[in-house]
This record gives sequence, C-alpha cells and structure tokens, in this order.
Amino acid sequence: MLHKLIVPVVFGLWPYNAAFAQNVTTFTLENGLEAVVIEDHRAPVVTHMLWYRTGSADEPEGKSGIAHYLEHLMFKGTEAVPGGQFSATVEEQGGADNAFTNYDYTGYFQRVASDRLELMMTMEADRMRGLILSEDNIETERDVIIEERAQRVDSLPSELLSEQSRAAQYLNHRYGVPIIGWKHEIETLTRDDALEFYRTFYAPNNAVLVVAGDVDPDAVKAMAEAHYGPIAPTPDLAPRQRPSEPPQMAERRLIMADARVGEPNFTRTYLAAERNGGAQDTAAALTILAKILGGSDTSVLARALQVGDDAKAVWTNVYYEGLALDATEFSIVATPRPDVSLAELEAALDEVIATFLVDGIDQNAFERIKRQLRADEIYASDSASGLADKYGSALTSGLTVADVQAWPEVLQAVTPEDVLIAAREVLDRNQAVTGWLIQDDEIETEVSP
Amino acid sequence: MKTIRAGLLALITFTASAQAEIAIQPVTSPGGINAWLVEESAFPFTALEIRFRGGMSIDPVEQRGVINLMTALIDDGAGDLDAESFANARDALAAKFNFDASDDNISVSARFLTEDRDEAIDLLRLALTEPRFDADAIERARGQVLSRIQSDQKDPDTIAGDLLDRMAFGTHPYGSSGMGTAQSVAALTRADLQAAFGSAMSRDNIYVAATGDINAEDLGILLDKLLGDLPATSAPAPERADWALEGGITVVDFPSPLSIVYFEQQGMKRSDPDFFTAYIINEIMGGGRFSARLMTEVREKRGLTYGIGSYLVPQNHAEILLGMFASGNDTTAEAIDLVKAEWAKMADNGISEEELAMIKTYLTGSFPLQFDGNAQIARILVDIQMDDLPLDYVQTRNAKIEAVTTDDIARVAKQLLQPENLHFMVVGQPEGLSTTP
Repeated sequence: MLHKLIVPVVFGLWPYNAAFAQNVTTFTLENGLEAVVIEDHRAPVVTHMLWYRTGSADEPEGKSGIAHYLEHLMFKGTEAVPGGQFSATVEEQGGADNAFTNYDYTGYFQRVASDRLELMMTMEADRMRGLILSEDNIETERDVIIEERAQRVDSLPSELLSEQSRAAQYLNHRYGVPIIGWKHEIETLTRDDALEFYRTFYAPNNAVLVVAGDVDPDAVKAMAEAHYGPIAPTPDLAPRQRPSEPPQMAERRLIMADARVGEPNFTRTYLAAERNGGAQDTAAALTILAKILGGSDTSVLARALQVGDDAKAVWTNVYYEGLALDATEFSIVATPRPDVSLAELEAALDEVIATFLVDGIDQNAFERIKRQLRADEIYASDSASGLADKYGSALTSGLTVADVQAWPEVLQAVTPEDVLIAAREVLDRNQAVTGWLIQDDEIETEVSP
Repeated sequence: MKTIRAGLLALITFTASAQAEIAIQPVTSPGGINAWLVEESAFPFTALEIRFRGGMSIDPVEQRGVINLMTALIDDGAGDLDAESFANARDALAAKFNFDASDDNISVSARFLTEDRDEAIDLLRLALTEPRFDADAIERARGQVLSRIQSDQKDPDTIAGDLLDRMAFGTHPYGSSGMGTAQSVAALTRADLQAAFGSAMSRDNIYVAATGDINAEDLGILLDKLLGDLPATSAPAPERADWALEGGITVVDFPSPLSIVYFEQQGMKRSDPDFFTAYIINEIMGGGRFSARLMTEVREKRGLTYGIGSYLVPQNHAEILLGMFASGNDTTAEAIDLVKAEWAKMADNGISEEELAMIKTYLTGSFPLQFDGNAQIARILVDIQMDDLPLDYVQTRNAKIEAVTTDDIARVAKQLLQPENLHFMVVGQPEGLSTTP
C-alpha cells in the first residue's frame, strides 16, 4: 500500500474549496485610512493592527534608525494616555501589545479579548497624532536602542557581514542602510528628528488598519469611523519614489574575519524583482525557484552539495521574499564541511547552478512544490493574526487586497519554463554580492580569575 | 482630548475575562491509547502532537547525544523508502512532520490535510516503527550536529547556559548539552541509534493530543494504526538531579561590545501547592512586559538593556529559576546590582494589593489568547497532560490564579527569591567584575 506514496499522486485536480476561503472585508475612511477586516469566529479574540506606509527606507539621509527609534518612542504617552499607560492598559485587559519596524512599514498591534477592541482603537487613534516626548524619555530610549543594536548586530559577526552585504548590494537605494540604523547616526538622533518624522508620516492617509478575529465588519467600520475618522490627514504626502539601483558593473565580494566566528559561512545575494501590484508573475516564479533550489533535503542544492562522500556542504538554504516596495534580494547561504574551503564550496555551488540552468526542472519536484504551496494556504488560515500580518505587510509594500487574494493562483499558474527564465535572469554573479565569513584567531573562552 | 479620556475610563471598566471556550474530549482508542481531542472543522486539516517522556536525559553515559541524533534521523528514510523517497512522499501529500528532542521528551508534531489523512498516517507510522538509519543519512545528520557543536563553542548564549548547567548539575545528564560533544557524537554507531530508538519511544511514556478536522472515533482508529506497534516500555528515567550551584559571579572572557548575563537559582516543582503563587511572583519580577519590575528598573528607567526576563523552569528531575539579559560591558555591573536589589526587595516586602490585582487581570485575561490555532492548542493539551493536570484545567486555572493573596506572595517570595544564592554567569568583557571565589 505504501508504494503508491512514491508514485506521483494525481496533481492539479484540487480546486479551491470555498469553505476555507478567507472571510475578508475592506473599507476606506474619508480621511484616507484603509481598513481590512478578517473574520475568524473560532475564539473570542481579536488582533488589532495599525500599519504605517513608512519604514527605514523612507528616512531622510543622515537620520538612519529614526523610524525604529520613533516606534519605541510611540509608547511614551499622550495627554489622554500618559507615559507607560498604553501597555499597562493593554495588560490590564489581559492583552499583549508590541510593534515592529521594517524597510517599508512600521506596525503596532494588540491582541485582546474581542470585546476590548474599541479600547485598543481609541488608544491607537489617540497616539497617531497625540504623542508627547520629554527629553528624559529621548535619552533613555536612545540608550535602549543602542543596547538593542549591540545585542542584535554588533555582537554577531554574521549580522555584521549581512549588514555590509546589503550596503554593497544597494549602492543607491535606502535598502542598503540597516533598519536599526548605523550606530554613529543613532547616537545623534534627537527629539526634533523623531517629531518631524512622526508629524509627516503618522497620518490616516498613510496608514492601514487590519482587524482580525471574532468581530463583525460593520461594527469595526463604525468604530473606525468614530475613532480614526476625525483625524486630519497629512496634506500633500509625497509619493514613495526611491532612487533605483544603477547597473552593476563589477562583481562585489566581501570577506569578513572575526574572532567570534564559530565556523565559516558563505552567502550570495542577487538583486531580484519584487511583487508589484497587478504584476506578481516574476516574483511568483522566484518564490518557486527558491523552493526548488533550497530549503529542504530534496532541493537541488541539498542533493548536489550535501549528499555523498564528496559532499561540500553541511547546510545550504535559499531565501526569497517578494514582499517589498522596491527591488529585493534572492539569497543563497551555505556552510562548508570541515575539510572543504569556502573557495571549493563556492566553485561547486556555481557549477550546480550552471548545471541547473541547462538541465532544467524536475517535473515531479515542481508539482510537489505547487501542492505544498496550496496546502500552506490552508495551514495559514489557522492563524488569524498570521493573516493580519499578510494583509498588513502587503498593503504597505505597494500591493492591494486583490493582489494578496490573487497570489495563490499566480503561484499555481507558474510553469517550469517561467521558473527557468526567472532563474537565468536573477542568478547572475555580476548582479550579486558574495560574502565569506571566516574564522580569525582562536579566542579564549576560559573562565577568568 | 477630554472626550477621549472619558471614553477610556468608560471602556476600562471591563473586568471579566474572555473564557477559553475549547471543548476537550478525552479519547481512548480501541487499543488503549489515551488522547485529548478538540474537534474543529473550520479548516480541512488536523494537527497531531505526540510526546514521549524521557528525551535526551536517557542517553547512556558513554553515548551523549544519541537521542538527539536519533530524533533527527527518524524520518530520514523508513521502511522501503530511502530518505529522499520518504521526503518526496511526504511533500507530495503536503504533510508536515516535525521531530524534536529536548531534555525531558521527544516530540512528534504533524499536520495533514483531511483528504490525505490515511496516506499521511501510513507514512508517519513507517517513520515511528521502521526508521532505516541508513549510513549516508547518519553521516549527513552527524555532520550537521558536529557543525552546530562547533559554532556553539563561540556562541555566548550557549557558553553561558552550558557552563551554568555544568556547575548546577555536574555529571547528571542535565549538566551537559544533549547534543553531545564532538567526541561522543563522532563515536555513535548505527547500533547505538537503533538501541536509542527502541528505548525512547514506547506506549508507556506517551502523551497525545489532536486538534482539527477529525472526530473521536476516527482519531481512535488512527492512533491504533499509528502507535499500536510501538514497544510497550522504554528505558528508565535518570535519577533526580542534585543542585550544586552556589551564589556568586563567574566571568568568561569573550570579545564583544556587550556582556551576555544568565542568572539562576533553584526554582519550584510544578506539583508544589505554591506553584501558582511562585508563577505570579516571577511574572511580576521578570515577565516579558514593560511593567515587570526588572524591565522597569533595568530598561525603562535606565536604558541598560534591550530586554530582561526571568522564567520558572520546572523540569522532570530538577527545578530552575533562570533569568537573562545583555548589557554594555560598562553597564553590566550596575544591571547585576539592580537584579540583586529587586530580588531582595520582593523577598523582604512582597508586593502590593494593587500590583497583585493588576497581574491577575493580565494573567487571567491573557490565558485564552494562547489557544491560537490547531497546532498551538494540541501542544498546550499535551503540556497539560505531561504536568499531570486534570481535563478541566483550562476551565479551573484562572480560579487558581484569582485565589492567590498578597500574604501568599509574601510567604512564598521569602522562600523562593534567594539573592544570596543567585549565580550570575557573565560572558563578555564586563568592567569591574570578576569571578567570585
């Protein structure tokens, strides 16, 4: 009976079932605030998220880190909800809250019992325009983000190399500047920098409201009109036109040696197309390409580099995230076996890629990936907050609700030829940054007297 | 502004918390395997969580790391399918299988679509009963474990955690990493792996929960098919781990702009009647919220860290109260003093009625928020079973939190929080700190 498992099952005969189509409603307020309501009535819980179409790539030059710094400062209070009371109030309601900053967006969210939604909305609307910052808050919180940078970047050689790689990848676009900011610029950020950024970008016509959980869309709309509706938009908000990359004329290579490196590592990032409104085909092909090349023990790289007596790598992986306002990255990472040099590993990897571009794609593997992508949609429906993330990040990265809902079918429409065309376009070493992370001298980790 | 404030006050008067409205059915299969089930047919898939008590702590002494390596290999080929054929079969069904080993158990987490349920269970059964442990798969997995062991040698978090474990538990399995050492992992044989497999997963140490699109009858049949052929008994559990860690500071020199600090003392048993009181004490002290005392003192007031937290970790053979933070090398000493001072303050003075009321609203209100999705619910249901808690725990847990008084807190805090017994493991180049004798 088990033999039938290794025979390809019948593919493609698996139509979408309306029963698990996501229950999504949208509306837009007169002041420009866009809203998405995702219904999930399984539990009396709601996730309330407010996303701003502003991230680190929207920062002025010389002020790197200000988007993330402001995100921290947003918890410092307003007249109605003074210092510290925002999170304390969410806690009193048994909820959890947090915030995040990315290149293209900044988001704030609370997860609470669904009958507390209006309180969350009242407080989030209040801090869209009502933030009050004291000099004391400014200094302490700047110390916190410098500690955050030390912990998440400065103490990790792999993160430092990744930061350098992005800077090399993007010569002209702000994606080359780290989200958390360069340390020497963070140290100079001021209260006025934060407030200027805040007043420009924190406005209803630059925000997306996402509410997911046990809620009624009409009730959510009435609440949003009452609390977000009265807020005046920022007039003449500039379109998000960022500088584009010049043609890459030379291969870019970085070598970083650090005493704290446990084992050598290889990274290659290629500049790659992102998902665009109404035009997601190339990004869909790249999404499938990443799954064919890496990410599982049966992928092209794993089979060619991790198996057999002549294996070159202990690990390989491939990453591609098409969700971005501007050109994104397609990345390959690999850890060599102890007896293999990074040069040997890189040569073998480039040979595998060259062979793949000639030989093409295994049809069975291709169909398995498509079937998993369909199943992933079902598994993802299990988390209302996960769906809220999906819509919020897409709507702040240049896509529409229609684009999000079309994406599964765009993925299913991709052909092996589409993937090969996309692969030949993107896997070009002259459009890439190659990074070698190597071990420096041995370090002592003995207990000091 | 006035209207907003008035509105806030009106809304804040909510106090009743949402109830976790999940209906748990106890299921016993025709073959006698017990499980808890939550039926939820909104989406056409099921999450199945299986755990085997024992885990990496039952490694034979000379084979440290064998359970970890064995667990990594369970689905690397089984029955007449080699590793690649097995993976292809699983992927063709779009089923997700995850195997993981921890100190105290091995977990098997599976998700599968309703329409492919039978085929997915056949495949999972093959892995749980006839793993192949092929030579090439063993070498691949061994290489990955060795690679991890090597990179961990320069990972400050691992350095801190491993050294604390060694100082606290010595030669007990808790005293060393379950991944093993480069030497012990290199020496593991196929026979060792097969023996470990036979000793770790049996019907007498199993805990099961399922959530999703399946009913009790079908689950019973599924469990017999999946688990009925497992051996009846497993290897004995290790002895209780004696606590040997004393208060003090250990500094491990490591080149970095900041120091990683782990601090630890003995914790409390999950079965202790005062456990809920201890749980509340720890939440007020080191919960992951801005209002927790450590977060307020070390981050919010002084900006000395990005985050600080503490955790009660009741394990099968020992209990730990563990905390951690990172701070600049020039501020680490100050942060350590603050932690010790907060420890002493709560041990001496307990907490106020107001603080207790606030934390109760938070803990009772946030409890139902944890039941987020099929896989998460299945994990929680197995946790509850493994803690030997009753079927109605989800309904009665909030009442136990509500019953705790400030007197209880004062009494338990005095015993639990022992500033003189806290050991701080500092990995970095902290100014003004050195290892205590």
